[in-house]
Amino acid sequence: MRKAVAFVLVLVVGAGFYAVLATIPFGADKTDVARRYVRNGVRETGAANIVTSVVVAYRGFDTLGEVTVLFIAAVAVGAVLFPAGGPAGEEKTEASLIVRTGSKVLFPFIILLGAYIFLHGHLTPGGGFQGGAVIASGFLLLYLAWPGRGAGRKVSSAVESLSGLAFVAVGILGIVYGVGFLGNFLPLGARNALLSAGVIPIIYVAIGLKVGAELAGVVGHLMERP
Amino acid sequence: MEQVANCMYYAGGGGLILIGLYMVLAKTNLVKIILGLSFLDTGIHVLLVAIGYIRGRTAPIFSEGMAETTPVVDPVPQALVLTAIVIGVGVLGLALALAIQVYRHYGTLDVAKIKGLKW
Repeated sequence: MRKAVAFVLVLVVGAGFYAVLATIPFGADKTDVARRYVRNGVRETGAANIVTSVVVAYRGFDTLGEVTVLFIAAVAVGAVLFPAGGPAGEEKTEASLIVRTGSKVLFPFIILLGAYIFLHGHLTPGGGFQGGAVIASGFLLLYLAWPGRGAGRKVSSAVESLSGLAFVAVGILGIVYGVGFLGNFLPLGARNALLSAGVIPIIYVAIGLKVGAELAGVVGHLMERP
Repeated sequence: MEQVANCMYYAGGGGLILIGLYMVLAKTNLVKIILGLSFLDTGIHVLLVAIGYIRGRTAPIFSEGMAETTPVVDPVPQALVLTAIVIGVGVLGLALALAIQVYRHYGTLDVAKIKGLKW
């Protein structure tokens, strides 16, 4: 009964999808807003990567909201799993020698790759969210190799708070300089240089550190034994 | 052949959404319901990026040596999806944490066996 009702509902929704998608031509040029961003993006924001200029410059306030959603989710994971203080006891079984040695060798390189991805977010594919996810995967490797060690938990919560503050502080500095919240008040610099595009690299470094610390915290909380 | 190539991405994204929806509605195991939510999430990402694609154009990144008049695809859906992927992971973690708490409290992950959650 339950499955039949679910199946009928899915069919209805599928018919709705078909009716809508049939009117959207695949592979056609559709929106004016995209054309404007592509035409003026490099000149207005100084970032070669238009996706980055949309995420950080044109829709920066929206990104601040999305970072907040992620922050609330990360805090809630800890609050839901351990309502009374921290975890009581932790699993102490260590991983094998191969995993421990391999993670020691790989961890710095994973962090380096993550930092590279978010530092070059305005020039090459990548950015704060992607780089942060790579950094969190490095911490996942550490948690797998040494469960119960809680590698860098205090540091990661400090990094998370400070980078979140830095994001908001850059936004407020924009108001102080009279260009609006999250507006650009720094010189745009030479095109395709690492230090260019005004505040975009600063905001993306803050986002990268924040996302990395938050996702590492989520992974670490889920691996702890209550 | 071209017709198939045209509708493949829409069908793939929409199909993932429908599979996820069916899992959320029909399954009784909480972990499978959360997996269904993850399917829904992925399907929406595929659909959004497919709608932003423009035929014969390249990625919206004007690297060195690339003229600013090079035709590129729509950057807005890509910007939305790149944040949505990370948020999806965070929310998935939160859902799994809630499932762990449900298991601790009721001793089961079967929503049909948890009192007061029947439909």
